[in-house]
Amino acid sequence: MKLFLLATLNGITVAGLYFIVAIGFTLIFGLMRVINLAHGSLYILGAYIGYDVATSTGNWYLGLAAGGVSVALAGLLIQSTLLDRIQGQEMRQSLVAIGLSIVIADLLLARYGGLAYQFDPPAILYGSVPLPIVRAYPTFRLVVVGAAVIVGLVIWLLVYRTRFGIIIRAGVDDRPMLSALGVNVPLVSILVFGLGAGLAGLAGVVGGSALSISPGEDARYLLSSLVVVIVGGMGSLSGTAIGALLIGLAEQIGLAYFPTYSVIVSFVIMAAVLALRPQGLMGRPE
Amino acid sequence: MLLQVSAGWGRIARWTLMAAAIISYPHFAPQFWVVNIGAYAIVLGIITLSLTFLAAYGGMVSLAQMTVAGVAGYTLAILSSHAANVGSAILPWPWALAIALGSGTLAGILIGLVSVRTKGISLLMITLAIGMIFFYLTQQNTTLFHGFDGFRGVKAPIVFGMSLREPIVFYYLCMGVGIALYAAVSYMVRTPFGIALQGIRDNPRRLAALGYWVELHQVAAFGVAGFVAAVGGVLSLWYHGGISPGSVGITAMVNILIVAVIGGLGQPRGALIGALLFVLIQNFAIDLFIRERFNTVIGLTFLVIVLFSPDGLIGIWERLRRNRKRGLRSAPNGATN
Repeated sequence: MKLFLLATLNGITVAGLYFIVAIGFTLIFGLMRVINLAHGSLYILGAYIGYDVATSTGNWYLGLAAGGVSVALAGLLIQSTLLDRIQGQEMRQSLVAIGLSIVIADLLLARYGGLAYQFDPPAILYGSVPLPIVRAYPTFRLVVVGAAVIVGLVIWLLVYRTRFGIIIRAGVDDRPMLSALGVNVPLVSILVFGLGAGLAGLAGVVGGSALSISPGEDARYLLSSLVVVIVGGMGSLSGTAIGALLIGLAEQIGLAYFPTYSVIVSFVIMAAVLALRPQGLMGRPE
Repeated sequence: MLLQVSAGWGRIARWTLMAAAIISYPHFAPQFWVVNIGAYAIVLGIITLSLTFLAAYGGMVSLAQMTVAGVAGYTLAILSSHAANVGSAILPWPWALAIALGSGTLAGILIGLVSVRTKGISLLMITLAIGMIFFYLTQQNTTLFHGFDGFRGVKAPIVFGMSLREPIVFYYLCMGVGIALYAAVSYMVRTPFGIALQGIRDNPRRLAALGYWVELHQVAAFGVAGFVAAVGGVLSLWYHGGISPGSVGITAMVNILIVAVIGGLGQPRGALIGALLFVLIQNFAIDLFIRERFNTVIGLTFLVIVLFSPDGLIGIWERLRRNRKRGLRSAPNGATN
């Protein structure tokens, strides 16, 4: 019972992290039809920058902001210089993203080496919280869940309750029409890519603080984003939340009960969803 | 008429020359160039050929071809004698080989079954996810896949008293298998199956309306590609003498795509050209330019190709040739071509 509860709690924590990473991924896909295969690299880039700033200033919150903002800027740059010029050629854009991910990962390896880095979050977020049955649970993991809920709410409000959100949703439905109405679609695309990338960077700092940062984490979060949006449905906010919860729980409960085969659970869920609903649980058919 | 005949002779002369070069190559080149460059480029080219076949004739860009090769490699390693069970192979090698090729083909079919209902970038994404899941499985599973360490000390079988991994033997083996697979793929795309596959690539709806079972053709294509990749996986296992999660990790998976794109994703021969260039960069760029930053070099090369010549080196070459021809012809009868 304790094991199950602990695995469930861990699953929800991991789901929170996966959600923050995948929501940026799905936003970018929704508007631009780009599968941003550099998303994992942006995650780890944010983590490293956040670490540098947090350790040199001694302020974790500054590191969080720096990770999010600088990766958002990197995203703006990627979309405006590389991806925008081949807009509409989805496969080519995805290949460009793959190329970028290789270069970013290699340069980060050159700069930071193969060691694992550990953050020092502020004392108020650290330590543990007493809970029934499992006794004590790390506070920061609960902070991750809180952060995921806040990010989810903010993105939902942005997309469904603001003028900018109306433009994004219109762009998802009909890009040429939106352009004909006088909206500067390339600029909107650049902003959305920046937002999605910034979320990956933010998640990097949060995830790096909850666990650790090391080379190879980029692949892990890229995989989680892929599986979450395949299961939840590409471009759907609620689908991303459901997918993240499903995959996070399956992964952690699997790890607790059959550690050497747990990733197969993710595969089975993905294959089952693709067989029954190829567009994902909450996705719209093409 | 006379011109045509002489062109025919020129062609025969060219083929003879090429065959002579291929056969005599290991007798004058140093061993490093025979095995580490020549044979390895062919092994990589075979795995890439499976992707180029899928992409060029089926319109399906899969990132999981290295995974298929890895399934075959792991199967053979598990059934063979290796460092952890020295000398006690589970099965004699012909059986183990057959099972390895079969399981690779099956893996290809399974990946096809899971992913063919999507297309384009979604297929790319799903195959990437499947491949990465297999990578994490090999890494976390200690009972079957030996976890992080994988398998070492796997020896190639001995046939007629010769180890297949002897440098010259291995070179001829790879070359022979590579040519046979290339010929088989070239033949297959002209069979009714191949023609239907290309029809599906161009217009799946029309082919479905004509009564073709679209998904079945696509899954079969994944099976064919799976067999080709499995052969490459077996050769790769013998070449490296082992296999570990790194052999099927994201870098290895993406490398196959890079090789295909550098050569030219639209044509099977792009696979070998890309593989040769990739192996050359891998071996020499490191020493010549930037130590240990091979991935940056290859990533940037890949980016430049994708941004400026999406049809790869073959595309560049064909454009150059077309321009030259046009230059020669343009004087008398204008640009008809």
